[in-house]
Amino acid sequence: MGTDGDYFMDFNSLLLTLIVFAPVTAAVIIFLTPKDKTLFVRIIAATATGLTLILSIVAFVLYDRAAGAAQYQFQGIAPWVPSLGISYHVGVDGIGLTMVLLTGIVGFMGVLISWNIKDRPREFFAFFMLLVAGVFGVFVSLDLFLLIFFYELSIFPMYILIATWGSTRKEYAAMKLTLYLLIGSIIALVGVLAVYFSAQFPAGVLPEGATRTFDLLLLQQSNIPIEVQRIWFLPIFIGFGVLAGIWPFHNWSPDGHVAAPTAVSMIHAGVLMKLGAFAAIIAMRLLPDAAREQMPWVILLVTVNVVYGAAIAMVQKDFKYVIGFSSVSHMGLVTMGFATMNQVGLNGAVLQMWSHGIMTACFFAVVGLIYDRAHTRQINELSGWARYFPLATVAFIIGGLVSMGMPGLSGFVAEFQIFMGLWQGPFFGQIWYYPIIAILAIWGVILTAAYVLRIVQQVFFGEWDPHKWHDLRPSNFGDKLALITFSVLMIVVGLAPALLLGTIELGTKPLLALLGGG
Amino acid sequence: MDQQTLVYFVWAIPLLPLLAFFAIMLFARGRDRLSHTIAIGAMVISLVLAQIVFWNAVAQGGAHEVAQPAAAEGEHAAAEGEHGSAAFIHDSHDWLPQGAPENALKMGVLVDPLTAAMLFMVPIACLMIIFYSVGYSNFNKKPDAHDQPGFPPHKGREPMYSRFFAFLSLFAGAMLTLVVADNLLLLFIGWEIMGLCSYLLIGFWYARTYPDPNKITPRGAAVKAFMTTRVADVFMLLGIAFLYSATGTLSFTEIFTQQTTSQLAAVLFLGFPAAQVIYLLLFIGTIGKSAQFPLHTWLPDAMEGPTPVSAMIHAAAMVSAGVYMIIRMFPLLAGTAPHGELITFTPMIVIGTFTALFAATIAFTQRDVKKVLAYSTISQLGFMVSALGMGAWVAALFHLITHAFFKALLFMGSGSIIHGVEHGLHAAGHGAVAHSAHGPDDHAAAAAHVETEHAEEAHAGHGHDDADPQEPELDPQDMFNMGGLRKKMPVTFWTFLIGGLSLAGFPLFFAGFWSKDEILGHAYHYPQFQLVFWVLVFTAFLTAFYTMRQIALTFWGKPRTEAAEHAHESHWTMLLPLIILAVFAIIAGVVGIKSDVPVAGLIVYGPFAQPGSTFEHLVEPTIANVIELEKLPFVLSPMAIAIAGSLLGLFLGWLVYGRKPLAVGQPDPLEAPLGGLYVLFKNKYFIDEIYNFVFVQPVKRFAAWMGDVFDRKGIDGVLHGIAHGALRLSHAFRSFDTKVVNGGADGLAASIKSAGHWLRDIQTGRVQNYLLLALVSVVLLIALYITLFS
Repeated sequence: MGTDGDYFMDFNSLLLTLIVFAPVTAAVIIFLTPKDKTLFVRIIAATATGLTLILSIVAFVLYDRAAGAAQYQFQGIAPWVPSLGISYHVGVDGIGLTMVLLTGIVGFMGVLISWNIKDRPREFFAFFMLLVAGVFGVFVSLDLFLLIFFYELSIFPMYILIATWGSTRKEYAAMKLTLYLLIGSIIALVGVLAVYFSAQFPAGVLPEGATRTFDLLLLQQSNIPIEVQRIWFLPIFIGFGVLAGIWPFHNWSPDGHVAAPTAVSMIHAGVLMKLGAFAAIIAMRLLPDAAREQMPWVILLVTVNVVYGAAIAMVQKDFKYVIGFSSVSHMGLVTMGFATMNQVGLNGAVLQMWSHGIMTACFFAVVGLIYDRAHTRQINELSGWARYFPLATVAFIIGGLVSMGMPGLSGFVAEFQIFMGLWQGPFFGQIWYYPIIAILAIWGVILTAAYVLRIVQQVFFGEWDPHKWHDLRPSNFGDKLALITFSVLMIVVGLAPALLLGTIELGTKPLLALLGGG
Repeated sequence: MDQQTLVYFVWAIPLLPLLAFFAIMLFARGRDRLSHTIAIGAMVISLVLAQIVFWNAVAQGGAHEVAQPAAAEGEHAAAEGEHGSAAFIHDSHDWLPQGAPENALKMGVLVDPLTAAMLFMVPIACLMIIFYSVGYSNFNKKPDAHDQPGFPPHKGREPMYSRFFAFLSLFAGAMLTLVVADNLLLLFIGWEIMGLCSYLLIGFWYARTYPDPNKITPRGAAVKAFMTTRVADVFMLLGIAFLYSATGTLSFTEIFTQQTTSQLAAVLFLGFPAAQVIYLLLFIGTIGKSAQFPLHTWLPDAMEGPTPVSAMIHAAAMVSAGVYMIIRMFPLLAGTAPHGELITFTPMIVIGTFTALFAATIAFTQRDVKKVLAYSTISQLGFMVSALGMGAWVAALFHLITHAFFKALLFMGSGSIIHGVEHGLHAAGHGAVAHSAHGPDDHAAAAAHVETEHAEEAHAGHGHDDADPQEPELDPQDMFNMGGLRKKMPVTFWTFLIGGLSLAGFPLFFAGFWSKDEILGHAYHYPQFQLVFWVLVFTAFLTAFYTMRQIALTFWGKPRTEAAEHAHESHWTMLLPLIILAVFAIIAGVVGIKSDVPVAGLIVYGPFAQPGSTFEHLVEPTIANVIELEKLPFVLSPMAIAIAGSLLGLFLGWLVYGRKPLAVGQPDPLEAPLGGLYVLFKNKYFIDEIYNFVFVQPVKRFAAWMGDVFDRKGIDGVLHGIAHGALRLSHAFRSFDTKVVNGGADGLAASIKSAGHWLRDIQTGRVQNYLLLALVSVVLLIALYITLFS
């Protein structure tokens, strides 16, 4: 391994830890702040997330993309429970790095968007910081125990944030979300334990004296009997996949999106759902033989996701439910991309994670802006908001175009690659029904256009009646900055996808190699 | 000119209008003069660059036949020379990494003769349309407070003037991107951006509503256009995905090689050659974009957009893009027939021919001046698709180009007519007060004299002085409300006549005649296409008929309404484009005249020309490396039949509508004799209704069912069932807990208590009793000890 001795000697190995613990520190400071110092709390939150954003960008820039460079970089490792083979081991590959950057952006913008939150801001920001820390933690964990630890850490603040600051059946939604995710993660945990106990290591892999380990990089080198793989692949994949909204375990997600306050919806749909997909890939990493056999079955489930989510989004009456179900549909495309098991499809899947993250965060930011003023989200009651919020309208339309896969924007590059991958089939040979799935799933894309247009027409265009709303107030600087940032990112990545794909590929190529292809 | 400079030029051609879009949106919103200056300026430069590239291509095209490998210069020369590609400018860069570096998807520009031909047509048409929009959007008038954004302007300048020019620029930029693209992906990008633009522009007057709830609003039409083309586009996307997975590339020059095309034809997919399956998927994209049956319904409704938009969509850009794409991709089929034999694609022949006839039958019953043109566009596109399906590659392309010129002309002419009639409507409706608002407008002033007689009648129809920008009841687009415009709008009339005769295929002097003749000649030559030939001839006859009907209803006779009476000629900014396009509608045909056509060929080429036409020589090298096109000798009979059909149509049209002009309120003379058929045609075969019933409603109902019933009651129901079950189980646990566990514990407690009660009896307080108890205990313990451990 060679990293055993690295006890955070330099900046590189400390970087990811800083990213994870900056929000944690902020949470502690915020909890210790007197209740009435609202501005201080906000500034602490903004500073912490701002710092993580800067550090994420630094990590993205410093990541060594040269041929032959290590796959996982910025590794830091410290023993935690050596007797059980648990260590604090962090590091990122191209996929994790992209997700860290995404989290950095969405987290910071989330703080800006909730700047003026009125109800107990101290607690809100403290829990928000914990949530962000948990999400970062999952993306950088290279130890499965650590990963699950952070995974649970990010679910817990979700519950409180939704149940306290939410709206529309918030207790119900919070409970539903928490139960779903906990049950999913516990099933996955059992699977991980099964892998932990059955992994057999070639000589020299494990450090001296150890027999078992949770270390992902070491487990990837182990032999896991095919019988074990077959039994435990689906529990781990779907267990984590619940968080990515795999059908029919998607139902917590729209309810959760709708109930959550704006910033939490942004993190929730923008980043948290990616956590599910990200953790689910670990099942593919650990159990590649079973993945090859069983991913072609998983794809059937997520095909339902894609079409079903879009169809339901089309008939929703609540603005936020539309976005909620659209996430179900788009996250289906992510898993579909992974199930293609070829280079194009995997690249598309990861890019779709990014693209959907930015897009949906943008959506929720806009919905939040309108809801704060209109106090309703019924689509047929809203109309003509383009007159009041031109910038938000443009941002929403750009997001909508991303969502429907309009060329020139990031969503197209992602979906295009997923469909190319789908048609191409897995690296080990075409599966006869993959093109059929492509033909079925493409209807999801069509329906997406239908519901996006419906919302744009109804909510943003149409007649504007300023007298209908009595709580109108302009958006503040933070809102505008967030919307502009999201819009620019969606366009830039769409025009020059190589900016991200060059990095993403450094993660997907080894993943494909691990599966046996490439 | 230096090759590298030309490469920059080619990149600049689409980029300039695109930049104009961003410049207007970001810096010139609300500044009308600046906006149109940017848009027109960018388009003019684009046009000049396109002309430079075109003439260079023509010059090099001549050299091409002499020394083929030398034709492609620059760093790509070696690679291209091998394939014998006719590309003379090709520049591409990595865009999307895909695993190994050589797999990366590239973005680049390509100019081969096909692109060059399009580069000649598209910028001219786009520039004319943008220029025309200046007048159309009433730049010569002041903005009027009554005009609201989202409604067509009634008195003043278009309120969203700068936005209109921004969108038009984006549209032009997207079209030019599509034309210069060197790969299918970039082509698709331009294709989709155009779809978006069509949505934005068709729905430009987004707030407009009509009293008649069945009449589609611009908003509805925009969604319909976008969604219909979208359905087709995703199949095209699948075709692209298939092509990529089969060949590993999307670059035209790499796909169109002998090796790749024959390989694509050899691989089977569900029993068909992969090449045909891919081409079919791509063709579905064209069915949507070029409005072929059965996805044609969006196009007539798209007439809800401002007229320059209709010209853009139906002539210069969108619909042409659809046909251009299948023309571009045609070499894909090269391997499906033995070398040297005619390559055909039956689905295209069937759909194209059927659409041509079908749309023509609808066109001759329409009353709306723009709808006639819309159906005629569908019909003409059917001609092109059918021609291409029959392997007449050059003819299809030629008709595409001539059609773009004369159809843009006709649309803008119809816009001029509507503008004139609308003006007449206002003049008639407003009385003297309105005239002062119009300022120095002698036509309106002249109208004021006539106006008084009919003032009451006109007022009843359209009181227009209020702030409510609702539609007037009299439809200014209805040809039955026109008549006699020949004298009111002479320039519009003459240019429209030229466009109409070109569309009708009036012999010899008009571009449309030559291009249509080439298609008919091709169909006639092959015995297997006899049916197609006669259907197309009949369609051409119908085309001539409805064109004459349109011209007669609009321009001849006496004005049938006040509005037509008061109509006046449009602003010069609208007329100049008409005149320029009219010139092209005539001369564009000359390059397509084959040298062996009697008299005409001799005049154009002189006595010692090579067989074929200038146009043929220009574009043919594009596909020469994979497909060998057969040069057909000139045959008189198809041309004679076509001329007869055209003249007969024009004559009958004149007989019915021209000889005895329609009186006010008179129904269409064809209505009675055709009876039920007329109703069928007029209602467009009820296809909209059928689609709504068969597709739209069921999908909505299904989605609603899935959302409200399946997801909420089904999946959530199961979930809630589990939750309730868990709760019930918990209650059961709870009662177990109270009765058994607690009961046990309580029981224990109670028994201890009762034991305590019992023990209390022993607590007598007497020492003797205690001693006795102690003694008994000791004895018992000793006995126990002995029994256990001995």
